[in-house]
Amino acid sequence: MAEVLLPLYALMAFMLIAAIIAVETRDLLSSVLCLGAVGFGLALVDLLLKAPDLALTQVVVEIIAVVLLIRAVVAREDTTEESLSDTPHVAFVGMVVGAIVIAAFVCFQQLVPFAKPLMTMGEAYLRSGELTGAKNQVTAVLLDFRAYDTLGEATVIFAAIIGCYALLRTRGRIGNRR
Amino acid sequence: MGMIHEFFPYVLCVLLFAVGLYAIAVKKNLIKIIIGVMLIHNATSLFLVLVGYRMPETGESAAPIITRALSGEEFFRQSVDPVPQALVLTAIVIGLSVVALMVVMAVRLHEKYGTFDLTRIRKLRG
Repeated sequence: MAEVLLPLYALMAFMLIAAIIAVETRDLLSSVLCLGAVGFGLALVDLLLKAPDLALTQVVVEIIAVVLLIRAVVAREDTTEESLSDTPHVAFVGMVVGAIVIAAFVCFQQLVPFAKPLMTMGEAYLRSGELTGAKNQVTAVLLDFRAYDTLGEATVIFAAIIGCYALLRTRGRIGNRR
Repeated sequence: MGMIHEFFPYVLCVLLFAVGLYAIAVKKNLIKIIIGVMLIHNATSLFLVLVGYRMPETGESAAPIITRALSGEEFFRQSVDPVPQALVLTAIVIGLSVVALMVVMAVRLHEKYGTFDLTRIRKLRG
């Protein structure tokens, strides 16, 4: 137990610190890079928690997201001023977020304890090796038992691509007809 | 192994969620808000992976992949839950497409208004 918990706490503390720096630092480029640190920390946690498929996907997704954000941030001047006039507002939001954390602290004591999952459905999926012939049970769930999930995922991705194309195209804008 | 370890990883996860929520609620910069959304997304997927993790009474916990070294009853006893992992795998990719769409919107707004500042973007003009 302890050999998992120690690196888990260390990595999660690293992710928390990187997240706070990402939110609070002034320079947008450093903030994006700190977000990348959070994502790669998450990939390491996935490896630690025996989810190698998730770790691979997380690394790829994080690289793409950070490249996109860097592309958006570099060479665009940032003129945002964080004014001090709305400090009461900030304090109020801080109190609400703190209340959520305290509520979570109370609620999670009622949840299934860490490292002892219920496995009602998971047990059946694990024993389905003869049904699907798959060695990797995660892909068996994805592509055999819940293939409609993957279909919906593909739909969402294509919708997002169409949205990006519609927003970024320069032809057909009202300004440059003719 | 004390009582606190039974739920403390979840609490750290919610702290990460709270940092993202704070960024979305307080920050005026569009990029900071996108970062907040990504933090919330990371925290949620981390929470689901944590819920699915299993430490058997004897032996090591194993990834849900059948190998020569580990199969049969031993595998069923030691493997972690594959269902949350499959769901999170879908959610991660959807999160990437959502973030890509948000980044494109931020870039278009910067093209039009010359700033990422939400208080100035709010002033509508043609």
